[in-house]
Amino acid sequence: MSVSADSIPAAPSSRWSLSRLAHDHNVLGVLFLLPAAAFLLVFLTYPLGLGVWLGFTDTRIGRSGIFVGLENYQLLWEDHIFWLSVFNTILYTTVASVLKFGLGLWLALLLNERLPFKAFFRAIVLLPWVVPTVLSAIAFWWIYDAQFSIISWALIKIGLIDSNINFLGDATNARASVIAANVWRGIPFVAISLLAGLQTIPPSLHEAATLDGATSWQRFRHITLPMLTPIIAVVMTFSVLFTFTDFQLIYVLTRGGPLNATHLMATLSFQRAIPGGQLGEGAAIAVAMIPFLLAAILFSYFGLQRRRWQQGGAD
Amino acid sequence: MSAPTHTAPREALVGDEGGMGYLERLPRRLVTVYLPLLVFLFVLLFPFYWMAITSIKPNAQLTDYNNYSPFWVVDPTLDHIRYLLFETSYPGWLVNTMIVAVAATFVSLVTSVFAAYAIERLRFTGSRFVGLAIFLAYLVPPSILFIPLALMVFNFGIYDSKLALIFTYPTFLVPFCTWLLMGYFRSIPYELEECALIDGASRWQILVKVLLPLSVPGLISAGIFAFTLSWNEFIYALTFIASSENKTVPVGVLTELVRSDVYEWGSLMAGALIGSLPVVILYSFFVEHYVSSMTGAVKE
Repeated sequence: MSVSADSIPAAPSSRWSLSRLAHDHNVLGVLFLLPAAAFLLVFLTYPLGLGVWLGFTDTRIGRSGIFVGLENYQLLWEDHIFWLSVFNTILYTTVASVLKFGLGLWLALLLNERLPFKAFFRAIVLLPWVVPTVLSAIAFWWIYDAQFSIISWALIKIGLIDSNINFLGDATNARASVIAANVWRGIPFVAISLLAGLQTIPPSLHEAATLDGATSWQRFRHITLPMLTPIIAVVMTFSVLFTFTDFQLIYVLTRGGPLNATHLMATLSFQRAIPGGQLGEGAAIAVAMIPFLLAAILFSYFGLQRRRWQQGGAD
Repeated sequence: MSAPTHTAPREALVGDEGGMGYLERLPRRLVTVYLPLLVFLFVLLFPFYWMAITSIKPNAQLTDYNNYSPFWVVDPTLDHIRYLLFETSYPGWLVNTMIVAVAATFVSLVTSVFAAYAIERLRFTGSRFVGLAIFLAYLVPPSILFIPLALMVFNFGIYDSKLALIFTYPTFLVPFCTWLLMGYFRSIPYELEECALIDGASRWQILVKVLLPLSVPGLISAGIFAFTLSWNEFIYALTFIASSENKTVPVGVLTELVRSDVYEWGSLMAGALIGSLPVVILYSFFVEHYVSSMTGAVKE
């Protein structure tokens, strides 16, 4: 939503006017933009290009490499651990995003009710998202402990299971556990963002629909959801991007184990590049994430456009 | 996004009242609103309770679930916290993290104010394109950049120093702050600036004396959010810092407090708790700013 109409004020030819140069929007614009642009070009654009270049070399830590063409990618193509990490990343992202969306939307709808202490609830709901991921992941590590897990203890006490759950030692359990921890951390972001969207929906729409005999499901489906789609698209794009490139949670909880069952592309890239020393191969894995990220951005961009148009038509 | 939309409504069905909550009777609301909300709160807050209770439990009670209830503590002890503060490098990590977070936030805020002003108000040729580029820059994840950045940091000779982090954190802070401040500047009436222009103010004077005083809430939002992001950052700090005395809290707790076989859960949890406190305290003072910056970044 840009305000292009009211831009470009009439340049005042005042007596105080500095040199013509100081009033030139382009010169001033470049000057003001210079610090940020220089910073981003040096520390963001250049490394992005450097990363792509490194993917084509056999650089190691302490030794600059030479161009080897697609060799890294050929190696990765035949590397079943790489393909396992791609599978894990897609599984992790899909399941975690769906759960975050469903539960986050539910929580947002609950918080949108008339409640006592609403502001207080909203404030504490966001806590999991505020604290450093690594530190809350360490708490989860303790909660998922093989011997002293509080979840196992509680379930045994209730009588649902007989022995401790091996949360992080078994492939399926480990995947479920890291996804659960990721969802725990992601729900607040989705819920609070969607709540902000929900609060912009005028209650009169719901009242009118109720008078016309709409059920609560119909009101949700035909009022809440369409009004919310633009913000859902943006929130879920962010959520998917950050889940797809997640590193911290896995690094703390499993380091990719057991038997690489929870290795994501980001953690595999780190493992190969930093402890393994193979910077070139690590960079190639990181570069392999870019097509997925671009696909997610494009998907949401065009989804967003379409919905904006739909909304405009519906108004 | 079509897959997720099918799963949610079934659950969401229950809690969509809009402005007609008064039509609902209490027993029904108990089941459809308060009960699920309580479950949510319990799940979201339990890890914090567990962290806190673990950090004050004596070691004997920590792993003895038969004689002591795990949910409570008899004879709480401050041993773990004392150990953490006086026998490890933890206080040093706190100081490091604070220095890095404050410096990175300050640098990012200053550059972002100028950039946002240029993009939003000067409207030079191509400013819309630059605005879009800034947004795309925010979407570049650190897990793609850390390998080339590690190489650059090493070549610049700032490896294993705070400077390495102060220079690299703005890669995600500047795009975020600029994007947020652009939105904030947009909400300030253009007429105010025109008045100042007519009165003969220079662009610099307008920015410093008109726009910035009006944008204080936006600056606070961007500032605390940037501070939180740098406080929580992990992958750069893990990659660019090697020596124990230069580590930040998240990295230090994970790499130094975790020793081979014996996990000192008490001091680990105390470390996690104390490491979270600064951002939680900051958050509790500025909840509204925090929420507005989070949703502002999303709302476009």
